[in-house]
Amino acid sequence: MTKHSRLLLAALAVIVIAGLIIIPMNFNRYGLYILSQWAVMTIAAMGLNLTLGYAGQVSLAQGAFVGIGAYGAAILTTHGWPLISALGFVIVICFAVGWLLGYPALRVQHHYLAFVTLAFSTLAFLVFRNESWLTNGIYGISNIPRPEIFGFPTRKPLPFYYLCLGSLGLVTLAMWWLIRSPWGRAFMALRENPIRAQSLGIDTRRYTLMAFAIGSVLGGIAGVLYAPLTQYVDPVPFNLQLSLDLLMMVIVGGSGFMFGPFLGAMIAVLLPEWLRFAEGYYLMLYAAAVIVLLIYSPSGILGILDRYLSSRRTQAASALRAAAQSKLEAAQ
Amino acid sequence: MSNLLDLIVAGLATGAIYALVAVGFTLLWQTSQTINFAQGEFVMLPAFLMLAVMHLGVPFWLAVLVGILLSALLLGLGFKLLLVDPMLRHGVLPLAIATMALAIGIKEAVKQFFSAEASPFPSIVPAGDISVLGRAISLQSLGVLAVAILAVIGLTTLLNRTSLGHQMQAAAQNPTVARIIGVPVERMILLTFLINAVLVALASLLITPIYLAKFSSGEVLGQAAFIAAIVGGFNQVRGAIAGGLLIGIVDNLAAAYVSTQYRAAVPMVLLILMILFRPQGLLGRAEERTV
Repeated sequence: MTKHSRLLLAALAVIVIAGLIIIPMNFNRYGLYILSQWAVMTIAAMGLNLTLGYAGQVSLAQGAFVGIGAYGAAILTTHGWPLISALGFVIVICFAVGWLLGYPALRVQHHYLAFVTLAFSTLAFLVFRNESWLTNGIYGISNIPRPEIFGFPTRKPLPFYYLCLGSLGLVTLAMWWLIRSPWGRAFMALRENPIRAQSLGIDTRRYTLMAFAIGSVLGGIAGVLYAPLTQYVDPVPFNLQLSLDLLMMVIVGGSGFMFGPFLGAMIAVLLPEWLRFAEGYYLMLYAAAVIVLLIYSPSGILGILDRYLSSRRTQAASALRAAAQSKLEAAQ
Repeated sequence: MSNLLDLIVAGLATGAIYALVAVGFTLLWQTSQTINFAQGEFVMLPAFLMLAVMHLGVPFWLAVLVGILLSALLLGLGFKLLLVDPMLRHGVLPLAIATMALAIGIKEAVKQFFSAEASPFPSIVPAGDISVLGRAISLQSLGVLAVAILAVIGLTTLLNRTSLGHQMQAAAQNPTVARIIGVPVERMILLTFLINAVLVALASLLITPIYLAKFSSGEVLGQAAFIAAIVGGFNQVRGAIAGGLLIGIVDNLAAAYVSTQYRAAVPMVLLILMILFRPQGLLGRAEERTV
């Protein structure tokens, strides 16, 4: 990447961030709710992107971790815990459960793993629904308080949106650091060729479990934000469909790309809202759009962009080479 | 104890339907590495096609026939040409995701163009009970079981006893060698898609009278069939049949003896145990891992 394009990218990032902060100031309650939901789902999808896109493990349990996070936050904050300590609790739980769930990943591969995680999703849903003493069953938990952050109440939609956006920012920075660290490189080595990674001395066991655990923690963090966002938690949103939707977000955005989940979540959360004019047809249009996109570019939206940029780079390089060649010939 | 017999017969009947759906699932996996997450919706759709034809005033049996043909056209040929063929070279995962999107599309289309309400569906078996060994057993369970068993016997005979079936198996097991010895591999793959479409149409015909025609009924069924395929052996038709029957019985017994609340969890636990201790499935072969 040249210095010029890096500057351009930085400028673009500043504009997007400023836009995300300033534009929603005029949004109504519903618009802010949808946008907050986008931020929350992006966090969950980033976790799955780590497991799937960077470590190459297919998980259908991410929705269950969002559920664990949401129920953790709902139960603890309605019992008077502050949200931040609920967050700590959820992180520990999700890390431990994610680590355990990673064990089958060591034994079985590919689609089998998908089915172990699918089973976990269903079990988690049944626990949310049936263990009424803890989760209040199908009636759900209502009146979940929104937190005070450094003395600022986030009861109104706009401050709460900023809380979601800020959390998304923090998670993004952490992820940015993680995938550039030796850890991230080990994850990628694992995805590209597990056996070669092992022969290079990477402890594949530990890294697979780690990718799973960290990915699950991000799902949990998304859940901790989800509970105060909706202020009501019941089992239905955390069924298998959420896991499938999150998987779709990661693939559609572009798995293995840092910003894939941002786009994927945008499409999954915002596109159906924009397609509302089509009324009953909007989910059909959405499904058709996803299929067409995947046929055209299996590596998602960022895959298209990536191919376009790299083809432009090759073109630029060959133009330079041709120019140098003709200059050389002229000199002779 | 006598109750147990009823439960097992009812379990075998639903299990036989799971088996039909699971067999199609393993066939697609074997020939084209397709994991069809829309398989449940594939079972839901033919019932609505048949209902739609019946609304035009066509008699039931003719409507069933037209429904099966439409299903072969849409869910067999259409599915292969429009979705699987262009996506196959991209690998398993994008294709699996595309079938998830397809499932959403089918569900929404039925909800939008037909009805969001559950519709009754005529049964091919008369209602009532017959007495077997002094026990009253519902004709419907027996009829479903009989039709499903006939279908499975027909399919396994086709696969194991006919030259066409041998060609299909060769194409599934080693396409390169099959091509060399002159098997029209492409045609065999298309045939498995058509067979899958007919099997899901048949399953639809059997299960819809019991659970009504509803746009969302594919979810549970698809999941049960996947579990059946995994438990039985992902790469084995025999395994899918055994898995389907097993899940059907376990599901029914769990509802009666464990708890109705955690009924759905029992097949899942079975699945996890199976994957941990015998990942190739009950009757499956281990697939070699390639470097």
